[in-house]
Amino acid sequence: MTKVDAVVVGAGPAGSAAAIALARRGRSVVLLERGPFPGSKNMYGGVVYGRVLDGIIPRWWETMPVQRWVTRRQTMMVTPTQALTVDFRTEAWGDAPYNGATAYRPELDSWLADHAVDAGATLVCSTTATGLLRDGGRVVGVRTDRPDGDIEADVVIACDGVNSFLAKEAGLYTHTEPEHFTVGVKETLSLPRSVIEERFGVRGDHGVDIEIVGCTEGIPGGGFVYTNLDTVAVGLVLQLPALAAQSKRPEELLAGLKAHPAIAPLVEGAEIAEYSAHLIPEGGFEMMPELVADGMLVAGDAAAMCLAAGIWLEGVNFAIGSGHAAGLAAAQALDAGDATTSGLAGYRTRLESSFVLADHRKLADVPGLIMSERVQQRYPEVACNVVERIFTVDNPLPKPGFNRIALDELRRAGLRWRDVARDAVRGLRSYG
Amino acid sequence: MSPYAGVGFEERMGTVEFRVHERAHITVDGDACRGCTTQGCVTACPAKLFVPTADGGILFNYEQCFECGTCYMVCNTAGAITWTYPEGGHGVVFGRS
Repeated sequence: MTKVDAVVVGAGPAGSAAAIALARRGRSVVLLERGPFPGSKNMYGGVVYGRVLDGIIPRWWETMPVQRWVTRRQTMMVTPTQALTVDFRTEAWGDAPYNGATAYRPELDSWLADHAVDAGATLVCSTTATGLLRDGGRVVGVRTDRPDGDIEADVVIACDGVNSFLAKEAGLYTHTEPEHFTVGVKETLSLPRSVIEERFGVRGDHGVDIEIVGCTEGIPGGGFVYTNLDTVAVGLVLQLPALAAQSKRPEELLAGLKAHPAIAPLVEGAEIAEYSAHLIPEGGFEMMPELVADGMLVAGDAAAMCLAAGIWLEGVNFAIGSGHAAGLAAAQALDAGDATTSGLAGYRTRLESSFVLADHRKLADVPGLIMSERVQQRYPEVACNVVERIFTVDNPLPKPGFNRIALDELRRAGLRWRDVARDAVRGLRSYG
Repeated sequence: MSPYAGVGFEERMGTVEFRVHERAHITVDGDACRGCTTQGCVTACPAKLFVPTADGGILFNYEQCFECGTCYMVCNTAGAITWTYPEGGHGVVFGRS
């Protein structure tokens, strides 16, 4: 049987960041990946925020496999026939240290795993961790699907993704309601580079990320469109129980988004290069498992670290942040010769003092607000109608005042002031 | 009509690489499905792997599975869907996602 200081399950961003931290502190690490190469099982909704790498890979932007640097960011509220877009662009995000980047996950994740290997970790691909090795209550390694494939380790770091069978087996999840999960479906569409740049109004290696609300036919969720170098990605995230309770399939809903008058001109004539799907843990703080067990830590999507907070949709950075913290905490515990629950407790402390849990704690109330029927449907409808009436010149009638229009439209949408005020307070408390 | 709008489901799934293993990594209990009134997996599975049969059951194919987990998460009949990861190195392989 193989015996190492630490085994990290999953060579996604969380796992590779954990392996980097451990290997650089001289620990023997096996980094397990069930796919044939890192990232082969992964897809996402668009943007990687790289600053979390500043302390891990200096000048990361020089080598990271990026498709485009996002310099134009849009938030779009739509109804079937309308679209109201907040469109922001800045040249500042087009230069080092940049802000967000689009990337292909197989390339991005392989790049980060290469850094783990360079640091001294042993990457083992095409190997599925099938369960935990236990000694009494303590986790002492993992079973794999290789012959004689058990790996003994003083610490197991589960970065095995949103379905994390290891975290569940360890009893770290007390509840996993389907309401807290969305399924993301995405088409990667081929278009010539020049056409993309013309349609999206960018040049060189600059790109666009568009987040859309109101495009999911009443299913809580949202849509997105973003640019790669010579492909455009268009996708939806759909809350599971609501998706299952109606009759339209994900690809039909996605076809609806692609046919929307605001989106159709962007993707017209493009051919599907790849279709993909993945679950997303959207519950945030509310659904997080226990992060530490005796001999085990959990990080990334496996720990529900994805941030789905409406205007902020982030995951890869939270995976890297939590994974790296797990690696550091594990290294510290190994140095102290104590990888028990209390010896590993430094992990939680590290997360609390970093953006990972600070952001999640601050925005804990947001996923519920964002997924509410008012935010999903009523507000986009009211906003679009208000703006349409403001800009509709219906002479010979004189122009109505904004207040009158807003009141009319709130009433027409069946909204009560009390609820609108409550949502405003809720929003201000979280975002303010 | 633009070309993509007319893409059939088989063509859509044809854009994805699957390294199929001989062992099914998902099993479905047909009896449990016949008693299920919602069959949410039929609508929700992005790969359309669950097809209702005339006798009220579910016909199931594991080969073009995204390994997302949607099916067992929306399944409201305990034990009807048993879901594990496929053997290492097998299953879906994304390239440009």
